[in-house]
Amino acid sequence: MSVLSDQVVSFTALVYLLAMISHAVEYALGNSRARAVAAPARELVGAAVGAGAVAVAERDATAPAVSGAERTARRAELAGRIGVGLTALGAALHLVGLVTRGLAADRMPWGNMYEFVLTVSFIGVAAWLVVLVKVPSLRRLGLFLTLVMVLLVATAELVLYTPIVPLVPALNSYWFIVHVSTIVFASGLFLLGVVPAAAYLMRAGYEQGKRSFPYTLAKRLPEAASLERLTFVLHAFSFPIFTFAVIAGAIWAEAAWGRPWGWDPKETWAFISWVVYAGYLHARATPSVKRNVAAWLAILGFLTVLMNLFGVNIFFEGLHSYGGL
Amino acid sequence: MTAVDERPAAPAEAPRRRPNPLLALARNSWRQLTSMRTALVLLFLLAVAAIPGSVLPQRGVNPEDVRDFFTAYPELAPWLDRIGAFEAFSSVWFSAIYLLLFTSLIGCITPRLVDHVRALRARPPAVPKRLGRLPQHAVVPAPDGGVAAIAETLRRRRWRVVVRGDEVSAEKGYLKETGNLIFHASMVLLLVGVALGSWYGWHGNRLLVAGADHVFCNTRQQYAEAKLGPRVGDDLPRFCMQLDEFDARFLPTGQPSFYNAKVTVDENGGAPRAAEFSVNSPLRLDGANVYLLGHGYAPVIRYTDRFGRSATSAVPFLSNGDIGLTSEGLAAFPDANVDPETGERNRDLQVAFDGLYLPTAPQQPPFTRSEHPTEQNPLLGLVAYRGNLGLDAGIPGSVYQLDQRQVRNGRLTEIGTKELRPGESWTLDDGSKVEFLGSESYIVLSVRYDPGTNLLLISSVGLVLGLMGSLFVRRRRVFVRLLPAGTVDPASGSPTSGSSLVEVGGLPRTEHPGFADEFAQLVAALRDDRPAVEAEAAPGAREGAE
Ligand code: HEM
Repeated sequence: MSVLSDQVVSFTALVYLLAMISHAVEYALGNSRARAVAAPARELVGAAVGAGAVAVAERDATAPAVSGAERTARRAELAGRIGVGLTALGAALHLVGLVTRGLAADRMPWGNMYEFVLTVSFIGVAAWLVVLVKVPSLRRLGLFLTLVMVLLVATAELVLYTPIVPLVPALNSYWFIVHVSTIVFASGLFLLGVVPAAAYLMRAGYEQGKRSFPYTLAKRLPEAASLERLTFVLHAFSFPIFTFAVIAGAIWAEAAWGRPWGWDPKETWAFISWVVYAGYLHARATPSVKRNVAAWLAILGFLTVLMNLFGVNIFFEGLHSYGGL
Repeated sequence: MTAVDERPAAPAEAPRRRPNPLLALARNSWRQLTSMRTALVLLFLLAVAAIPGSVLPQRGVNPEDVRDFFTAYPELAPWLDRIGAFEAFSSVWFSAIYLLLFTSLIGCITPRLVDHVRALRARPPAVPKRLGRLPQHAVVPAPDGGVAAIAETLRRRRWRVVVRGDEVSAEKGYLKETGNLIFHASMVLLLVGVALGSWYGWHGNRLLVAGADHVFCNTRQQYAEAKLGPRVGDDLPRFCMQLDEFDARFLPTGQPSFYNAKVTVDENGGAPRAAEFSVNSPLRLDGANVYLLGHGYAPVIRYTDRFGRSATSAVPFLSNGDIGLTSEGLAAFPDANVDPETGERNRDLQVAFDGLYLPTAPQQPPFTRSEHPTEQNPLLGLVAYRGNLGLDAGIPGSVYQLDQRQVRNGRLTEIGTKELRPGESWTLDDGSKVEFLGSESYIVLSVRYDPGTNLLLISSVGLVLGLMGSLFVRRRRVFVRLLPAGTVDPASGSPTSGSSLVEVGGLPRTEHPGFADEFAQLVAALRDDRPAVEAEAAPGAREGAE
């Protein structure tokens, strides 16, 4: 079972890679000269947020001369759909990899860093698919998302891989399960939240007329305002979960170590993440603070989450170090 | 977000009197401090200030690491120590930031609390003249019951409703601000809880060896390491505890899977009772909780001196951290070789054994590492020393380690080494004898009292609930105006024929992407199932309504 899990995880990384390539093709086709012609204001009419029409809607709007462009557009559309399909396939494999890992270990698959990163990234991709069903027009973000997934799953496989071991007694607690599952869930959503935050920064720059390197990538991205809103919705959703997770951790730490909070490096970095995300929500709620600043805070927040996922286990020694490398 | 940035500046001051400049400065600073921007900056500073505490070793987390740091960086460490870097979270700079932040917080939420209480008491405002200007707008046939029915429908949907003549104003989502205030107030409460804990709480750590000879009674002196809050008196709660049995189970790999300690306790002089506790379920006593943090072995060593008098030591050996529980310790016999005739104590004939205990020794030498934490093949390696142990010199020494200075300056000499299995003995050169009788388990305990935990728990609940209210509830208003038959329909400009109509407007007061849908549903409900004459709203709304 354990071997099966490992193989499935390798496949997962591969499928994400393919999904990323499809999205990249979509991008490349979408960015070619042709797209510029076929982008009349028309698509904005119904598509404020909810409408699914991205590209094909304007087919009839322009003159016969654009048939070449139209074909490219259709190919881009196809590549994008394939990308989404592959992402979904990857997510399914990802889930199988996690479940088999959990079965092999006879416990929840989050006992060490390898499993932890796999679970967090699964939550991220699952939440992405949910978002995509609700707001299909965000599909082009898939390129960034799959890039993140490839990086995370590959790092988990190549750097963090750990054979299955059971949990130490301190981890045998309901509060531990509550704590870790919510932390994983919130981290997955934060991970997903970074994608629109970064995309927003690029797109906002593009809309302000910046045409240098990272901004040009944003040419075909959804409107800045809707990216920004998505960023907020994801963070507003995950922040309370994260808050709850930290509290659950404190309750567990009280039972296991005798103190709810002890400024162990992991706890300290959770505190830092929490404060940075609180800063994000404040910045977002303050009209005099630019939305760019808020988006940067969201990205910074995720960097602190990453620091906690990777950095703390690697650099520091603390009570949480059984995270195991 | 429409709601809050900086609170609106106070009405311009009357120009008659020149304000006292000091007062003005104070007022200005206060306004600065309680602004959202300041809160943001302070939040950011707080995050940054927490970093050193995770990078540098902390006394509260791991005092040994701090000592190691001092040895490694003798130049830098004292300097860092002076600015509190090894107790970062109680340092002046960290405290300054969070105290400022909380001052700002209190200064920020108090006026909001007042405003909110006022808003809760106030009635929704009058219907605006031109409903068509609101973000959501619709005109539909009036329900049969007229204004009363409309108000009823809204009330049923838990809107707060006011009817003024032919007009209905309704508002909903007060919980958003309530939640926000609860959230921020909970944070203040949380801080109070932390403060209570650090003033009135105490904790101590110690090892407890199994058996009636090692009963531990809760007094300050009984702790190897203790920390009492400044407001804790000298009397700790009275209880005594004896470890009867310690049960540890391990996997074949040596990974621990289960710990449980059975003890006998008596509290406040009451009758002894049996109790047990394990890693995730502490023993909760009156005024103290006892936590099980670890365990180990205390080899029982009997030494019979040259005069035939014996003494027994069961000192806990400390694990050196490997998975097989290889442990080191010292069995010291400072009172050995006292001449029974004269009663005179010869300092130079004190005896000590430096020991290495392997619960599961390998089959072959070298016997340096235990293979498993259970006692499958116990082996005790001893190095015997005789001479002056240096215990009287007044220099605090560790009971777990030999005073190496005494060895270096020749007052203490090594007289041999030997490996013993349980039951074996070793006769030294002077005819005295050491026996390894077996071992006792010991556990590592942390005994704690923290009067703030309940408050922490309550405020945490407030934190999460308040946050959910604050983030998920939306404040919004709906206005309805009844247009009697024959008036001019504001949408089409033509007089309403036959039946009467209602004009409905909706205003989200905070960002609310789903408002169009909600509004459409509400309008549909108000319309009382009759076909729409005109429903005009933002594009999304129509989908939601049909
Ligand atoms: C102890 C530090 C603080 C933390 C951790 C914190 C945290 C938060 C969080 C997480 C939110 C998001 C909830 C929401 O968006 O409704 C929030 C909202 C808010 N906070 Fe704070 N806060 C702190 C201090 C302050 C201070 C000092 C002020 C006043 C200057 C303040 C004023 C506000 C306001 C006005 C909102 C509502 C924003 C909105 O309309 O959505 N907070 N706070």
